[in-house]
Amino acid sequence: MENEPKRKRSAETVERAGTDGSAMPRTGDAPIMKPYDSAKVETRVRVNKAYKMFVNGAFVRSESGRYFQVQSAPEHEDADPDTTNVPRGSRKDVRDAVLHAKNAWGGWEKRTAYNRGQILYRLAEVMESRRPELTQSLERSGESAATAAAEVDASIDRVVFYAGFADKFFALLASSNPVAGPHFNFSVPEPMGTIGVVAPDRPALLGLVSTILPVITGGNTVVALASERDPRTAIVWSECVATSDMPAGVINVLTGHAKELSTHMAKHREVIGIDAWIVDADLRKAVEAEGSDNVKRVKTHVPMDPEAWTDERKAQGLGWIERFLETKTIWHPVGL
Amino acid sequence: MTITKSDNTGLERERAKSAALEFGSAWDYAPAPETPDHVRIDPKYGLFIGGRWVTPRSGKFFPTISPSTEQVLSEVAEANAQDVDDAVKAAREAYDKYWSKMRGADRAKYIFRIARAIQEKARELAIVESMDGGKPIKESRDVDIPLAAAHFFYHAGWADKLDYAFQGRRYRPLGVAGQIIPWNFPLLMAAWKIAPALACGNTVVLKPAETTPLTALLLAKIIEEAELPPGVVNIVTGAGETGAALVNHPDVNKIAFTGSTGVGKRIQRAIAGSHKRLTLELGGKAANIVFGDAPIDQAVDGIVNGIYFNQGHVCCAGSRLLVEEGIHDVIVRKLKDRMASLRLGDPLDKNTDVGAINSKAQLGRIRELVEDGETEGCERYSAPCKLPEKGFWFPPTFFTGASMSSRVSREEIFGPVLTIMTFRTPDEAIEKANNTMYGLSAGIWTDKGAKIFYMATKLKAGVIWGNTFNKFDPTSPFGGYKESGFGREGGRQGLSAYVEVE
Repeated sequence: MENEPKRKRSAETVERAGTDGSAMPRTGDAPIMKPYDSAKVETRVRVNKAYKMFVNGAFVRSESGRYFQVQSAPEHEDADPDTTNVPRGSRKDVRDAVLHAKNAWGGWEKRTAYNRGQILYRLAEVMESRRPELTQSLERSGESAATAAAEVDASIDRVVFYAGFADKFFALLASSNPVAGPHFNFSVPEPMGTIGVVAPDRPALLGLVSTILPVITGGNTVVALASERDPRTAIVWSECVATSDMPAGVINVLTGHAKELSTHMAKHREVIGIDAWIVDADLRKAVEAEGSDNVKRVKTHVPMDPEAWTDERKAQGLGWIERFLETKTIWHPVGL
Repeated sequence: MTITKSDNTGLERERAKSAALEFGSAWDYAPAPETPDHVRIDPKYGLFIGGRWVTPRSGKFFPTISPSTEQVLSEVAEANAQDVDDAVKAAREAYDKYWSKMRGADRAKYIFRIARAIQEKARELAIVESMDGGKPIKESRDVDIPLAAAHFFYHAGWADKLDYAFQGRRYRPLGVAGQIIPWNFPLLMAAWKIAPALACGNTVVLKPAETTPLTALLLAKIIEEAELPPGVVNIVTGAGETGAALVNHPDVNKIAFTGSTGVGKRIQRAIAGSHKRLTLELGGKAANIVFGDAPIDQAVDGIVNGIYFNQGHVCCAGSRLLVEEGIHDVIVRKLKDRMASLRLGDPLDKNTDVGAINSKAQLGRIRELVEDGETEGCERYSAPCKLPEKGFWFPPTFFTGASMSSRVSREEIFGPVLTIMTFRTPDEAIEKANNTMYGLSAGIWTDKGAKIFYMATKLKAGVIWGNTFNKFDPTSPFGGYKESGFGREGGRQGLSAYVEVE
């Protein structure tokens, strides 16, 4: 697994690095977008992070070589440059990710519910330990410090919510059915396979977590398209996933344009369901139409207000898991 | 049409090939037909809209025939887009005025009334079902009609207990449901669709299949006599265009469709962007897996029931038989013996096992696929039975030596045609069983309990029958994986198709 080095440096670290005199800025070392600031000369030359998509447990660029740029909020101060290049995922990237998600499914589905719950809980632990990074990333996208902190809190809590649900939804959804005959008959929920998620633009982290978690809690694997507005936070979160115990390929996070990639996901025949939070009505319609090609379980939504995602009654629950489960009914005769 | 001695010498010879079947004329049964003389079929049926029988605005009627005699049974109205609009308006008005305001307990009593009336008229309904659709009377009498009544009875009880079904969650009915059903189980499919919709508080516009409209129209009569508020259930007859008008109607909140995967996909595409809710119950190509340790005679009966029940016009039919290699030959021999004793003929005869193919068009499709199987080099065996002169018939048939890629192994034939393949290990059986775009049902035959659960867990299908096949019950959720559709019918799970759960 190719893992990104720990990247963020607090202002304090940066200053300390500067005072030992080891770092002298040279032209071209970093794309400094702000007007030249003489104070910065004193600081250590920072190491910028290349933001990459998260596929099969590895961080990858787009096979297309394309990128798009994300700006930081003008008032936000931190070490990274104001403009970041983010991979602009392609149809081939979707296909690669789906292949890995599909291959990861067998192993993920086979794990015991208890084990899946523990893996999800481990993700919450890692997120908790990376709170500063997640918060800082949200702040860079323009969220206030208070909003960013609240969003990270809610995101971690959401993961814990689903971690505890992994071995319970089954009992709530399964049934033993009293058929009129000498048969034992019962129905159990089962995961569907690989599900595509088009996460809402805002909230970039909580929206992504709230859409991915119920799907994998049910035993599916996911190819998710991150918020187009703030894909960096999704990538920071992917680093949490990468350093948790989540098996490679269960969660795959692509970055790019929803307009381009949503329909590719909808058309892909190995994607059995899609959960798309899209503002554009025409795009929602296109996703629904293209999904018919393999009788895809298509759920499209007008994104909720960003605040609504913190509402536990609206943004989490059994229904969220149930959406991407099948019911399997098993009959067997009773007799001697 | 029952086999008699005089025309039977070839069949005797065929049967005599197996010592197990040497009973001579003991096979011959005297005809035992149900008499249809007390059955009332009107010469002409209008549309049932807003609680009244109306002539179609289209002014058009089309004949519905008996596929076993090709006689015209009645003429039914062909609803056009305007008629469908009338029906949807009536359903909307009924929803707003009566049904959405009624207590669940009262909705329940109306649905119970329907269940009771179906039981009271069971004999008539069974006879008409067999006349209009060609299925043997013992199936319509013992399966279709009792199950239709059971579906209404079961769902009636849910109407005032939905709070328990969606514990802790808020829910509401969807509004007007447009429902399109197939010709293989005409009344039963109407029951599967209408009963849960009404129980959950929706009103209905139902379009029966164009080859089998009669029992749905008799059901409309029952609904009229049960004095349901006008417009709660509307029945519009017609073919594909009528269905399309219903699917595309802007004031329909939900489409429920049972039929072919091809049409299902078109419906899914057509309603994109419309906010209509959708459930689809589509085609299948079920694997019926027989292990060497299975009770062989039971399994052979299960295979026959799996594929030849209702002439194979069953979406969940066990049309791909996967046999463990070591018992292939004995299964094929016993299957031939069993098939030699199947009686094909008059659907109204109580001894008939295999009835008529539902329509000329369907017979054409079955023939085309079977010819393709032969061209591809698969070995065909058809049961030795004499086909009646008139009507649409196809003998129970199976193929051996087919590959996984043969058309007869991949495509839904929807007729009495089985494809037999072999496997060596359970995992190979799973691989082969799941290697299809469908996922409606599957069967497993083995005496080993652990193996059944292993297989049942791995098979990607909505209904798994262990040591049995083709069993149905209103308490038991039914529906497919993958391209066999989505949503469930029956059981608590089936209610979700007709409510919005928050």
